[in-house]
Amino acid sequence: MNADIHGLSGAYAVDALDDVERAEFERHLGQCPECQDEVASLRAAAVELTHASVATPPAALRESVLQQIATVRPLPPLTGRPGQASPAEPQPPAGGPLAPPTVTSLESRRRRIAPVTWLVAAAAAAALVIGGIAWSPWNNQGSTQQPPLSITEQVIRAKDAQRYEKDIDGARATIVRSKSLGRAVIIADNMPAAPAGKDYQIWFQDPKGAMHSAGVMPHEAKPTLSMLLNGDASRYNGVGITVEPLGGSQEPTSAPIALIAFS
Amino acid sequence: MVLMSAFSPGSPAPGESAAPRQPDLSELLRASARGDERAFAALYDATSRRLYGLVLRVVRDPAQAEEVAQEAFLEIWRTSARFDPDRGSAMSWMMTIAHRKAVDRVRSAEAASRRDDTWEATTQDRAYDITAEEVERSLDAQRVRQALASLTETQRGAVQLAYFGGYTHNEVAALLGIPLGTAKTRIRDGLIRLRDTLGMQS
Repeated sequence: MNADIHGLSGAYAVDALDDVERAEFERHLGQCPECQDEVASLRAAAVELTHASVATPPAALRESVLQQIATVRPLPPLTGRPGQASPAEPQPPAGGPLAPPTVTSLESRRRRIAPVTWLVAAAAAAALVIGGIAWSPWNNQGSTQQPPLSITEQVIRAKDAQRYEKDIDGARATIVRSKSLGRAVIIADNMPAAPAGKDYQIWFQDPKGAMHSAGVMPHEAKPTLSMLLNGDASRYNGVGITVEPLGGSQEPTSAPIALIAFS
Repeated sequence: MVLMSAFSPGSPAPGESAAPRQPDLSELLRASARGDERAFAALYDATSRRLYGLVLRVVRDPAQAEEVAQEAFLEIWRTSARFDPDRGSAMSWMMTIAHRKAVDRVRSAEAASRRDDTWEATTQDRAYDITAEEVERSLDAQRVRQALASLTETQRGAVQLAYFGGYTHNEVAALLGIPLGTAKTRIRDGLIRLRDTLGMQS
């Protein structure tokens, strides 16, 4: 047994290896029962730490998860006998097999490329074209599993999705809101970069006129940016955009450059 | 029928302490693998606060955390048949999937801005702890705190930066100002100490 690689068990258990090290260690793991046991026990120890960081997720998460699983077929067991994978079997790595890597890579590829396609998706809604891949609705159970829709995509595709647009000096901000999902997404086209040391911050306006932060726009040099807004979008009357110091403010410190009413 | 057995505690393995009010997560996963959506809803209810709490701690941004938690739950549903109770608890398996997704998210290029505020990150951790929910005061949380206190400062820092910060061991070494290549040992030593202090079996 290679002592050096054995010593990676702890870092592996908490996902602290880079991709190359992870691949090497997983190769080793397949043949080292000691490391399999150790990884499983160290993972369990790390998981215990989460007793101290419990947080209640938004209610909308439960609904969207349960809605989505209804449309996704669970994969068959690896061995044909549920839960009975032989301990001697080298694949998958101990301590719980992870998702097939294709899901993650597809997902991350989608995330990198997706923003430009939101508008296409919203307009067409039938099929989403991503970097050349035609993405049909995920009821199809072909051999290639499609990643599930993100919340952003769900909002854009929701039956009750409403769009509100505003032109700002050649740029355009579009808010897509689904009342039933209680969420909204902002899509910014051709927005100039925020001034140095500043960020664009998005606010929800409540019926009394008070502004509630819905997030700070990411600063990426892309023609189209989209962001899921924080907060229950069904409770607000509109959205405002302000220029704020880097990282955003607790409340708006300048006049909005745009106000978009939900009407 | 099948469903009923999924909600009853089931037959605990020898030595496993029976927790009567907790549903048997392994059974729920097994039922989920057969497409039982009700079982999965019960699984969600039993685990979502810890799973989302972990993801939020790593990812920090609530909207992104929601997306990552959703991806994790769907992954759990899809791969539920691949859970093997011989290799660890259902909770551990689910949290491993969620943690991996959270770490993938923060390491992706999109999260590049977050990588810049490294030390701020650890400060924020503390602020988060203080405002965290009441459950923090639970017995389990106290037990965990005591176990963490038994680690050396470097071990504790290394474990927390790796697990909750989502940093690689080399990044952890740089953050802690310890020689490259030593953080993996600190992480492992820290986790072993934690495991033994918490009296856990592999």
